[in-house]
Amino acid sequence: MADNVQTGDPVANDMLFEWLLRRGDTALVLGHRVSEWCGHSPVLEEDIALANIALDLIGQARLWLSLAGEVEGKGRGENELAYLRDAWDFRNVLLTEQPNGDFGKTLMRQFLIDAYQVPLMEALKTSRDNRIAAIAAKTAKEVAYHLDRSADLVIRLGDGTAESHRRMQEALDALWSYTGEMFASDAVDAAMAEAGLAPDPAGLKLLWQETVNAVLDEATLTKPDSDFAHLGGVNGRHSEHLGHLLAEMQFLQRAYPGATW
Amino acid sequence: MQVSTDTVWQWLSEIPDPEIPVLSLTDLGVIRDVDWDAQTLVVTVTPTYSGCPATAVINLDIETKLRSCGIDDLRLEQRLSPPWTTDWLTAEGREKLRAYGIAPPVDGTRSKAAQPGRLARLRGEGAFSVACPRCGSENTEKISQFGSTPCKAAYRCKACLEPFDYFKCH
Repeated sequence: MADNVQTGDPVANDMLFEWLLRRGDTALVLGHRVSEWCGHSPVLEEDIALANIALDLIGQARLWLSLAGEVEGKGRGENELAYLRDAWDFRNVLLTEQPNGDFGKTLMRQFLIDAYQVPLMEALKTSRDNRIAAIAAKTAKEVAYHLDRSADLVIRLGDGTAESHRRMQEALDALWSYTGEMFASDAVDAAMAEAGLAPDPAGLKLLWQETVNAVLDEATLTKPDSDFAHLGGVNGRHSEHLGHLLAEMQFLQRAYPGATW
Repeated sequence: MQVSTDTVWQWLSEIPDPEIPVLSLTDLGVIRDVDWDAQTLVVTVTPTYSGCPATAVINLDIETKLRSCGIDDLRLEQRLSPPWTTDWLTAEGREKLRAYGIAPPVDGTRSKAAQPGRLARLRGEGAFSVACPRCGSENTEKISQFGSTPCKAAYRCKACLEPFDYFKCH
């Protein structure tokens, strides 16, 4: 497509590919985690809601990974990228691969990511790459709705019963050290920002904090007093959880290569 | 001989949405363009939600319908931008939804990205009411932000006590 930033593109293709994998894998791994709830949620309505959110996320992953495959130009499409890479080739943030825990922990993880995805997609709408801007405009509407839902439930459960409050505080304490990775810029981010293709993630932190502070305050939850951040997911250094997740997600294509239905 | 694009639009308006068959694909607003590229008919389609499973079925239904109308040289293109919005639901489509038992979208109520207003909205300020498609009462409540498909939310009417789906403003 002639109107995309390709001729004289200041970002090397491998940088753009890496960055697109981060978007696609973050949506894919979170989508798979959320889909694990299907048939197991506390009530039917929440089961349906979680399944629908997983669908949105997997749909977003397909858009990002299809574009990643196109940019890579080696004949790999969304399916090869999703099903035929091993853990060290995945570029999702560590927060997304954390196990679901209880319903409250799943909702807290969702909220912490939604509050990041909303300003990121808003900023990406003005990317100089039309393909990125189009996916972001599509995704922005969906993640804004997800954030309304996850924020609402974090508030209701945080400011709920003593038991629900305790569980939400424990979830927040357990997940907090995985949030810093979303804002840790590296050379890929710097190149993307320099070229006007994507915002520097560090610049999104204030917007994220604004949402998180307001919602946690309303939820009567206490933000952990630590800046320590686990890093490495976007560079392929993952926790042990990702391998187990992939073993399930990729089983069919590994056992029956090329299977379709 | 090439048929006119008006005729093609007419054919497309006869294809039901796979999940809400009371709506046609043109009512839903997912057909963005119909045009001839030399001998090839090009139909441009936009997805509703990124992960909506109906998208693949919609493409298949378009192809099946047009082939049955004698179009052999056919190409489907996906267009993401501008993203699909319920603003494109036709007035006729909205009435069909209501008659079918699904409350049509309340315009102007889509989720906003901006932080200011979110908390107020979560506290119930600026809340909007969704009229029950069966009895018309506005005394209804949301049960869940999602219903039987990604495009809907689950509601309950407190007057006639029936549950119903609400087609969300998106």
